[in-house]
Amino acid sequence: MSVHATSHIGETFVLNLGPQHPATHGVLRIKLTMDGEYIAQAEPVLGYSHRMHEKMAENRSWHQFLPNTARMDYLHALAFNLAYVCLVERMTGIEAPERAQYIRVITTELNRIASHLVWFGAFVLDLGGFSPLLYAFDDREYILDLLENVTGSRLTYCYFRFGGVYNDIDEDFVPGVKDFIKRMRSRIPMYHSLVTKNIILVKRLKEIGPIPAEMCRKYGATGPVARGAGINFDVRKHEPYSLYSAFDFDVPVYPEGDSMARYMVRMDEILESLRIIEQAVNRLPDGSVMADKVPKSIKPPKGDCYQAVETARGSFGIRAVSDGTSTPYRMKLRSPTYSNLSLFAEASQGMLLPDALALLGSLDLVIPEIDR
Amino acid sequence: MTLHPELVELIRIVAYIVGLIIFIALNAAYLVWVERKVAGHIQRRIGPKEVGPWGLLQPIADGLKLMTKQLIIPYGVDVTLFKIAPILVMIPSVMCFVTIPFGENLVARNLDVGLLAIFAFASVNVLGLLFGAWGSRNKFAIISAARVVSQNVAYEIPMLVVVITIVMVSGSMNLHDIVTQQMGGFWHWNIFKFTASPLMPVAFIIFFVCMLAETNRAPFDMAESESELVAGAFTEYPGMGFGIFFMAEYANIVVGASLATILFLGGWDSPVGIFPGVIWFLLKMYALVFTVIWIRWTFPRTTFYSLLNLSWKILIPISFANLVLTSAMLKVF
Repeated sequence: MSVHATSHIGETFVLNLGPQHPATHGVLRIKLTMDGEYIAQAEPVLGYSHRMHEKMAENRSWHQFLPNTARMDYLHALAFNLAYVCLVERMTGIEAPERAQYIRVITTELNRIASHLVWFGAFVLDLGGFSPLLYAFDDREYILDLLENVTGSRLTYCYFRFGGVYNDIDEDFVPGVKDFIKRMRSRIPMYHSLVTKNIILVKRLKEIGPIPAEMCRKYGATGPVARGAGINFDVRKHEPYSLYSAFDFDVPVYPEGDSMARYMVRMDEILESLRIIEQAVNRLPDGSVMADKVPKSIKPPKGDCYQAVETARGSFGIRAVSDGTSTPYRMKLRSPTYSNLSLFAEASQGMLLPDALALLGSLDLVIPEIDR
Repeated sequence: MTLHPELVELIRIVAYIVGLIIFIALNAAYLVWVERKVAGHIQRRIGPKEVGPWGLLQPIADGLKLMTKQLIIPYGVDVTLFKIAPILVMIPSVMCFVTIPFGENLVARNLDVGLLAIFAFASVNVLGLLFGAWGSRNKFAIISAARVVSQNVAYEIPMLVVVITIVMVSGSMNLHDIVTQQMGGFWHWNIFKFTASPLMPVAFIIFFVCMLAETNRAPFDMAESESELVAGAFTEYPGMGFGIFFMAEYANIVVGASLATILFLGGWDSPVGIFPGVIWFLLKMYALVFTVIWIRWTFPRTTFYSLLNLSWKILIPISFANLVLTSAMLKVF
């Protein structure tokens, strides 16, 4: 049930939501023009954590930019690593060995699950339910431990290298991943019975915050937001990169376009990621994890290249222009949440404040990624 | 030697005042501890454990922290309203305890209009929140105040209709009499009084839901919906100003749970006949308080309009139906 403003007495006030506000998950400011509790106009104000990553790329070597990619989307850092690594490998023609490719897929998908778990907890927290957050973080802890053992860090990973990965996995990794798959599969039904089927949650999400497919196309929204609006688009499936074409997985699509659809897309994606990880772990080949003869100084030939990957929040793309030197000439980053957030102004018009915050939460914002 | 009866009365009143204030303060402090412990265990954590054994001194530490904090009066607030609001919230909740019988002879003042007095005092609470929010000159607080007022108006109606039903069944507004009528086995309790109305358990649930809404507890904590309104009406309050609101919230929960116990669960009546009455009263009351805490850490928050819809479209019709049914059945039997 959605409620829309019908009577306007012409008296509005401005409400500053953020930059410090519990619902904006970071330094995002939304300038709301309110008519009572109805939103007459919403204007996201960005740039509070802008660090000029694009400009930074022009001032350092191709290698040196690698850690920067993890500092954008701190929740799904490995996908950003992967995008950059795939891009440079395509530009230079370096081929990563198969084992490295498999490890990349496994760790990226594990990271995607971790990201969705954080979103799940934070989203229900936005709706006033505190407890699921702790349960989700409990599961996420398993992933972080696994990734920490392999990559050496827990949040801002810099694991992939041009031509492979930094380190081979240890002997505990594969059994650990198998345990985690088993555990996570038993946890998802619990989440559904505890949270998804809760009548209050259903009432707050069903038919609230509708984002039609048209609006997604207009603003370039991707990822779970677009898939929740019935647009069947997943970069992993439709423009496969790395090894994704080798795995059998489905793209969950819900046509309703409401907050519930976006919620369900993400919950189903966790299961799909588990399927990918399971296949990858079972087929993991032996061999080296680093290509031979990767030059110390990367100098891609003149030209430009675009590489998109599917992150937890949507399609992330890098367009790099090389002039044949050891530093990029230009690097353009297309981050998914930036486009996803831009539809908030139109989608939230006439909504009640709590519903608009549910909508905002369902977009799964990571502010450093918006501001870059 | 015989004491002068007026002196005895004076000693009695002083003892009750001291006793009640200690009871309220301890309740407020230790319900916070219970809430944190219960929340911890619901969320697979331990909860407070560092200060004292099992974290038992945590409320004392929290209280000291709140009390030593500077009382900042933000620029531009209405100072009178800002200062008076916490007091206006706290005093009525204390006053409510006056007529609550904790046991056969354990009541400060056994008023014939005890029930009425409690509801009269309880509604002042809203005024305090409204003053505090309005005086804060904070937009989040004002939104919260508007919510609190309409929420309380909406939920007092079904609550009072349910209470009227009970008054009709008991024929008295005296809380002591209401309990005395439910004595003699749990099947005499009002919640199971199917001879008066088959809808009595439903009436209890309505009362309980309304109590949650009246005390601004989750899932109806519209006043302090922290993910939307930062801290709602209390956004601008520092230190003990906030602390008093917090204490009043727990005092209100205790009042609400006590009323539910008295009206529906037979007050101090013991279902099995052992232990003194006051223990049974506290047992029933704290079971309800525990349920309130349990609900808070399990459910997400409702929205404001579904809250009002629930009251006007579901609770009020059912409670009126129960009222009509009860009066008809009382006439027939």
